[in-house]
Amino acid sequence: MAEYKVKFEVFEGPLDLLLYLIKKEEVDIYEVNLTKLATQFIEYIETMRLLDLEIAGEFLVMASTLMYIKSRELLPVEQQVQVEGDDEGEDPRWELIRQLVEYKKFKDAASKLQSLEIARENTFPRLPIKPDFEAERPAAKPEVSIFDLLNAVNTVLQRFTKRDDPRDIFEDKWTVSEKIELVMKALTERGRVTFSELFAQAASRSEVVCTFLALLELIRLKQLVCIQPEPFAEIEVTRNVGQASSLSPSEPVATEPSELGSNPVAPESAPTQETAAASTQETGENPA
Amino acid sequence: MDLKFILESILFSAQKPLSVKEIRDVLANAAEQDDADATVKALKKTKEDDVTAALEQLAAEHEAAQRSYRLVCVAGSWQFVTQPEFAPWLKALVGVKARPPRLSQPALETLAIIAYRQPITRAEVEQIRGVNVDGTMQTLTERGLVESVGRAEVVGRPMTYGTTALFLDYFGLRGLEDLPAADELRKIVVEKPPAPLTADPGLATAPPEQLALQNEEKTSTPDQQEPTR
Repeated sequence: MAEYKVKFEVFEGPLDLLLYLIKKEEVDIYEVNLTKLATQFIEYIETMRLLDLEIAGEFLVMASTLMYIKSRELLPVEQQVQVEGDDEGEDPRWELIRQLVEYKKFKDAASKLQSLEIARENTFPRLPIKPDFEAERPAAKPEVSIFDLLNAVNTVLQRFTKRDDPRDIFEDKWTVSEKIELVMKALTERGRVTFSELFAQAASRSEVVCTFLALLELIRLKQLVCIQPEPFAEIEVTRNVGQASSLSPSEPVATEPSELGSNPVAPESAPTQETAAASTQETGENPA
Repeated sequence: MDLKFILESILFSAQKPLSVKEIRDVLANAAEQDDADATVKALKKTKEDDVTAALEQLAAEHEAAQRSYRLVCVAGSWQFVTQPEFAPWLKALVGVKARPPRLSQPALETLAIIAYRQPITRAEVEQIRGVNVDGTMQTLTERGLVESVGRAEVVGRPMTYGTTALFLDYFGLRGLEDLPAADELRKIVVEKPPAPLTADPGLATAPPEQLALQNEEKTSTPDQQEPTR
């Protein structure tokens, strides 16, 4: 078997292959023997075919151009066909060389870009972290836990424990759903309400409890959030902007413990943990 | 106080690369402070050109001092960066930069053609490279290095492409004029050689000026044999 030596490089296209062949000849592009180049190019394509490589259409176009140039060279000058009839007809050799030179320049530019790419990869910017001159503060505690809320509502309820003098027993005017509407109305109007403001109008323990249950219900439905801007600051209630619209219509709007009376919605779903906790606390010391 | 040193201090502690406009805003804001003295107030209306000139001077001074870092302008924003040769230690310090994989040879060639010739249509790129560029164009567009910039006023109104700010950032270039050998490559006006090509097979005539390749080490043969007497 004959010596079988294959050195195969990956060529980006016919121009790339031509440049490689020219480089192998160690001649200037302008002085290259195109006839010889044509032969080499076609040999190369033959090799590709032998190796069962798919030959891209561009290679075949180039091969035919080279064959055309080669055949043209064989004719004496006066018999050479001027393609377009007039002198504007491009000399195919010149056209090819022009293309090769242009491609070569961009190939060089590409390798310059590559070195820039690597240099860029190896430069590190000075990016200091923001100097923090302010005193270290404990991390803001935006979300309020159920226990914070219970503490707060207990403080509100203190107002009523001292009032021991006899008074009229009146019908509870408020339902949780009414309070929900009131809370939402206040929030739509003012955007942000403090916890104590919600209870400022409350006249009885049961009203406080009603409002509180409304609050818990709204939190459960993710309609509003309670935040504490700073440690020990008053709890503030705002609308849950991110999910204000995510209230699904199938969700029961208000579940109300039956002991608070006048219940418009049947409490088919069990009260949530929060409401349950609050109502147990309430039933223990209900003055009514 | 020299403007360039003020700018140096600003860039030294800046958290991100700053454009000349942003630097000017800093100067203006400083002058707005209550305790601003005459020097600070005097710089309130510094012109952008003056800032640029001072920065360029500063960069040149850093370059001349041959420090391990330099002041560069990338895509219009100034920052201090280390010299590439210190990468081994910095990689150990901060870890390898999170960067997309390096560009392939076809991608680099295509990108070079677009960079120098923008706005350019896909067909024109293909003409220069001699191959189909659909795949590489898509890669370049996906990586945000190339974008469509308009349509060519020729038949079919094909899209034209140009490079993005990310392209400049990716290669650490100040602007398109900063591309290596930009003038030469931007437009190679190809004219037919004045004299017809020789009929001699394979021997083209001397190329016109604008196509001349700068010959790396031309194989000089006869010159070296000096006539000895």
